[in-house]
Amino acid sequence: MNFKHKFVFLMPGLLVLLGILIFPIIFTVRLSFSGWDSFNPGLDFIGIENYIRLFTDDKRFWESFLRLGFLSITTVFLQYIIGFGLALLVWKEIKFKRFFRVLFLIPMMTTPVIMTVIWRTFFHESLGPVNDFFSLFGMAPPWLSHEVLALVTVMIVEVWQWTPFMFLLMLAGLLSLPKEPFLAAAIDGASSIRKFIYVTFPLMAPISIGAIIIRLIEASKIMDTIFVLTSGGPGTSTETSSFYIFIKGLREFQIGYSATLSFTYLIIMIISLTFIAKFLTKIFMKGDAE
Amino acid sequence: MKFKTYKSGLLAAICTFTFSQGVSADTWSDQFPHIKGTGDIAGECSYEAMSKKDYSGEKLRILTHAVPVMGEPTALHADAFQKLTGAEVNVVHVPAGDLYSKSMIPFQTGQAPYDVVFGFSNWINDWKPYLEPVPQKYLDMAQMQDVTASHKAINTWEGDMFQFPIDGDRHYLKYRTDVIENPEYQAKYKADTGRTLKVPTTWKEYAEIATYFNGWDWDNDGELEYGSAEVMKKDDLMFAAFFSRSVGYSKNPRTPGGFYFDLETMEPLINNPGFVEALTDWVEATNYIPPGGTNFGLGDEINSFGGGQTLFSFSWDDAFVAAMEPDSAIRNMVKAAPLPGAEKVWNRMDGSWDMGHNHAPYIVWGWTAAVPKKAKNQEVAFDYLCFFANDANHVADLGVGRFGVNPYKKSDFDAEIYMANGWDPLVALSYASTLMEMEEYSTNRVFPLKVPGTNQFVSAVATGTAKALAGQLSPQEAMDEVAAEWKKIVERVGADNIRDAYAVGVALEDNIN
Repeated sequence: MNFKHKFVFLMPGLLVLLGILIFPIIFTVRLSFSGWDSFNPGLDFIGIENYIRLFTDDKRFWESFLRLGFLSITTVFLQYIIGFGLALLVWKEIKFKRFFRVLFLIPMMTTPVIMTVIWRTFFHESLGPVNDFFSLFGMAPPWLSHEVLALVTVMIVEVWQWTPFMFLLMLAGLLSLPKEPFLAAAIDGASSIRKFIYVTFPLMAPISIGAIIIRLIEASKIMDTIFVLTSGGPGTSTETSSFYIFIKGLREFQIGYSATLSFTYLIIMIISLTFIAKFLTKIFMKGDAE
Repeated sequence: MKFKTYKSGLLAAICTFTFSQGVSADTWSDQFPHIKGTGDIAGECSYEAMSKKDYSGEKLRILTHAVPVMGEPTALHADAFQKLTGAEVNVVHVPAGDLYSKSMIPFQTGQAPYDVVFGFSNWINDWKPYLEPVPQKYLDMAQMQDVTASHKAINTWEGDMFQFPIDGDRHYLKYRTDVIENPEYQAKYKADTGRTLKVPTTWKEYAEIATYFNGWDWDNDGELEYGSAEVMKKDDLMFAAFFSRSVGYSKNPRTPGGFYFDLETMEPLINNPGFVEALTDWVEATNYIPPGGTNFGLGDEINSFGGGQTLFSFSWDDAFVAAMEPDSAIRNMVKAAPLPGAEKVWNRMDGSWDMGHNHAPYIVWGWTAAVPKKAKNQEVAFDYLCFFANDANHVADLGVGRFGVNPYKKSDFDAEIYMANGWDPLVALSYASTLMEMEEYSTNRVFPLKVPGTNQFVSAVATGTAKALAGQLSPQEAMDEVAAEWKKIVERVGADNIRDAYAVGVALEDNIN
């Protein structure tokens, strides 16, 4: 089969790829060099004006980006710890194992927006059940109206919603592990903790890296939780990059500028995640290297 | 006072009230129970008139808000319109935050996915290049003649009505009569503070009373009550609440030529001492709102005041209507009054405060609907909107709080309509007269900002004021930040482009016809 034949067979797939992946990116790049807004529709060309504005005059975007980094890393870390813990729990022979496996998955199966509305009702400071409980101890935490606590509330909701995803991947990983290393460790008389440190954890390293990266990508797109729970407030204390881009693009209709923000965000995310993946590989595969 | 005179006149009118329009409990109300209160009311777009049209084979596509606010009446009237005319009507519901982009993207890209679009009336400047003006035959109709001059103006741009009036909105004060008119509390308040307990006419009085009645069970229902419920959640219409608090301090009848900008120079006025004073008051208001009140959106405000949690509230009609729903625990225990004003108003020409009471109604934007130029079925679309707003539908819609349809016709400001729904006569009178006073009699009104890029300007206000409420910035720093942002927007969009559009709003505010 010569090159031309291969090309013909590859063509449909390439065209689909071009249509659904490459074209939107190219269009976004083109859009980012335009001043398209509610008053000036269309793809005019304003050079790098939007990029200059972003890098010299948009502190809010960079603040939201740093906040996103903090939020993503902390929530994914917590999801990994809890998800891995739960997976270890139901990996073993315990009573009602199947029931717990399904139970732990329920949060992930719910619709994020709907669940966030419910969480918002829970955390409602004067009408919600959470503060009803805290009032028994004479406390009324300002869950959504205090800068730090609002961020904590967002993290609670994120961790609740997405830990099951981590649980699922970790459980799948655990179930696929070979039995021999565990048998060998048992014969050597290794304790449970030692088995976890020297056998389970290293064997789970590849899947851990994959799970963390997938969740970091997803977590960095956090939007619906912020939108429903806090609208980025109080002030700008829970504003993340995607929420800020949404405000600029769809609320203020600065289409050209929001394309600039989106493209810049994409580039930074690609670079950041590449470094994070390398870093995680270094950490998790430390044992292998030695 | 003109207000009191009007009240007396309206009372007399109520005594002699009769329905002036043709009302019949008829076969139409059997078929469409929504209008059972009045039956079909004669008119060019009545049920009877629509039943004579044949739009079989025609398709109508409508973009509207999610159910229930405006989405529910849209769908309800679409269903009736379909049954009456034979047209196939498809209604698409989207959240409020998506309405603007869902309409603007097709407009700007030359697409026509909808024959009717619902939205907010302050988008008129961004929308109008893509809209078909309302044809003359609808403008001449009796139901349109009944629309107040303010709401015709809101939907009109330089002589052309681009949006079909379907709703009317103003911000006004709502208060609990079981407190303010309670002799026991009046005596207690006097004894404790030395001041008289009365409906507040300034924001300072509002704050004093709200602070006094904050955090204790003043209606003996076993729950704590609070001073005020306000829309303070960032990006959830909070900028409108801020403007309501600003108008008294910043709309000076002696300094025409702009409330938001100086029309001549296009310099933002948003950080002048009037706005800063209003924001300072608003930051203080965080001390007399319910726990979590800084995260209250419009829905929370409605539930809070409508549910009996607070003494005061101000914004759109919904909280008042919710309080007056038949199953409300505080039904007939609320009244309406004009927005509080201020004991001083900023004079930007002299650069000093003018002392003395100042009051300015805020005729805020409301729901509207329009037909795009590229709509395929413009005649059917306008007939649908005319049917939506016909007298029978309108009167029925007014009585359903969740519909979001509020008074905008002269005949709506008649207390008898609300008394028919079980409202106490004095409550109905306070509601009707407050609204009528704002609509027809005030000469110091503020209208919403309707310039190119409106959403950019109000978004900047939301961000700045939210930062002040959260304590991230002082009121002065916050408003300076907003002013700086406004200057950048003016520079981007072009001062002349904004001035041309802003002049239309200033003419309304300065009563130049």
